[in-house]
Amino acid sequence: MREVSTDEIIKVIRDLCMDANYNLGEDVLAAFDRGIKEDESPVAAEILEELKENARIAREEQVPICQDCGLAVLFIELGQEVHVTGGNFREAVDEGVRQGYADGYLRKSACHPFTRKNTGDNTPAVLYVDIVPGDKIKITIATKGGGSENMSRVTVMAPAMGIKGVKDFVVKRMEEAGSNPCPPTIVGVGVGGTFERSSFLAKKALLREIGKRNSDPELAEIEKEVLERINKLGIGPMGYGGNTTCFDVFFEVEPCHIASLPVAVNVQCHASRHKEAVI
Amino acid sequence: MPDHITLTTPLSDQDVENLKIGDKVLLNGIIYTGRDAAHKRLIDLINQGKELPIDIKGQIIYYVGPAPAKPGQVIGSAGPTTSYRMDPYAPSLMKLGMKGMIGKGNRAPEIVEAMKKYKTVYFGATGGAGALIAKTIKKSEIVAYEDLGPEAIRRLEVENFPVVVVNDTLGGDLYVEGARKYRKE
Repeated sequence: MREVSTDEIIKVIRDLCMDANYNLGEDVLAAFDRGIKEDESPVAAEILEELKENARIAREEQVPICQDCGLAVLFIELGQEVHVTGGNFREAVDEGVRQGYADGYLRKSACHPFTRKNTGDNTPAVLYVDIVPGDKIKITIATKGGGSENMSRVTVMAPAMGIKGVKDFVVKRMEEAGSNPCPPTIVGVGVGGTFERSSFLAKKALLREIGKRNSDPELAEIEKEVLERINKLGIGPMGYGGNTTCFDVFFEVEPCHIASLPVAVNVQCHASRHKEAVI
Repeated sequence: MPDHITLTTPLSDQDVENLKIGDKVLLNGIIYTGRDAAHKRLIDLINQGKELPIDIKGQIIYYVGPAPAKPGQVIGSAGPTTSYRMDPYAPSLMKLGMKGMIGKGNRAPEIVEAMKKYKTVYFGATGGAGALIAKTIKKSEIVAYEDLGPEAIRRLEVENFPVVVVNDTLGGDLYVEGARKYRKE
């Protein structure tokens, strides 16, 4: 067994919270540039230039890209040969988030759903743990904003709706979402599993790098087709009109029950913030 | 014609009637912040016939919950939040003379109608550009509901705060027009 202390886990998560919120991924920056070059709308290009400049300021001054620093969603792959020492694993995750959001001057957005009272430290984190072979811990953080999350939907279709039904559902969702989720968006689609598993798959799909296609050639084609259909809607950056409505569409698919066709669409704004580290 | 229209708050009916969808505007002067929880409190006060903690006449409310200021900063990142959540509250404030709202995202048809009736405009700020927008905020002071944290009402002094007219006083809608222009079948 390899021993990893909770102190180390806390430190890594603390730093990831800040890294994710200050430093936008290269894939998103490249997508801004493509939009600036290719969008037919001059206003669209101006908005994308602003977003590029915003990302530059955030990186140089180490300030949040967006004031909505999100709920902290953590995907942790815990090697089965690792022994966590020095405290409670779950508490260490929350402590890392607590320290990252406090020390990084990040906005705390977690609140009670009914009273709306802010928990004050952005905890609890949303935590998914997978036990995997090996003696490492891989920690991925996605800081997920509320505006785009609010535009997400999950449904369980009749199997007869088939792949056409799934594609139409995604495109219709993005048309209805319109300007609300801060387009250009990234769209995660989870198909299969159970009701909640499809939502998990949709969220996990958002961790993929822009431009990277599904390894299944059939799904890769579907991703391209749905992306093209969303970009034909004309919504454009911030909804002011244009061809750059969506940067990419990612499908994650798993087997489901013979009676069901669960489909989840998780919408991500252009401030797609996720980082990972391995201990 | 200059690329931008420059306006200083408070705004008059004439100021807002001159604005058309798609106009780029640089705002100067005072704007107030307010989002979900603060709006609920303001409307509760109106319903009870009580005075509001801010004079809304001619003013603009910016839908934002800023990030905390780092040492040396006036304010943390401060981009717009999604506006439809304020739809249930907006007409009561328009009735009291509010002349503008800043946010992002679609408004309900009845809000667009109310804007025509009360001569109010809806400005879009660039969502997710909070670090950039914060540079135009020169002063920030909490004037009400400090207990709400990021949702407290702040009085901001802004210089050339960049917005685009999304809904004007004639019922125009940039989101509808923009998508129509670039939609492909």
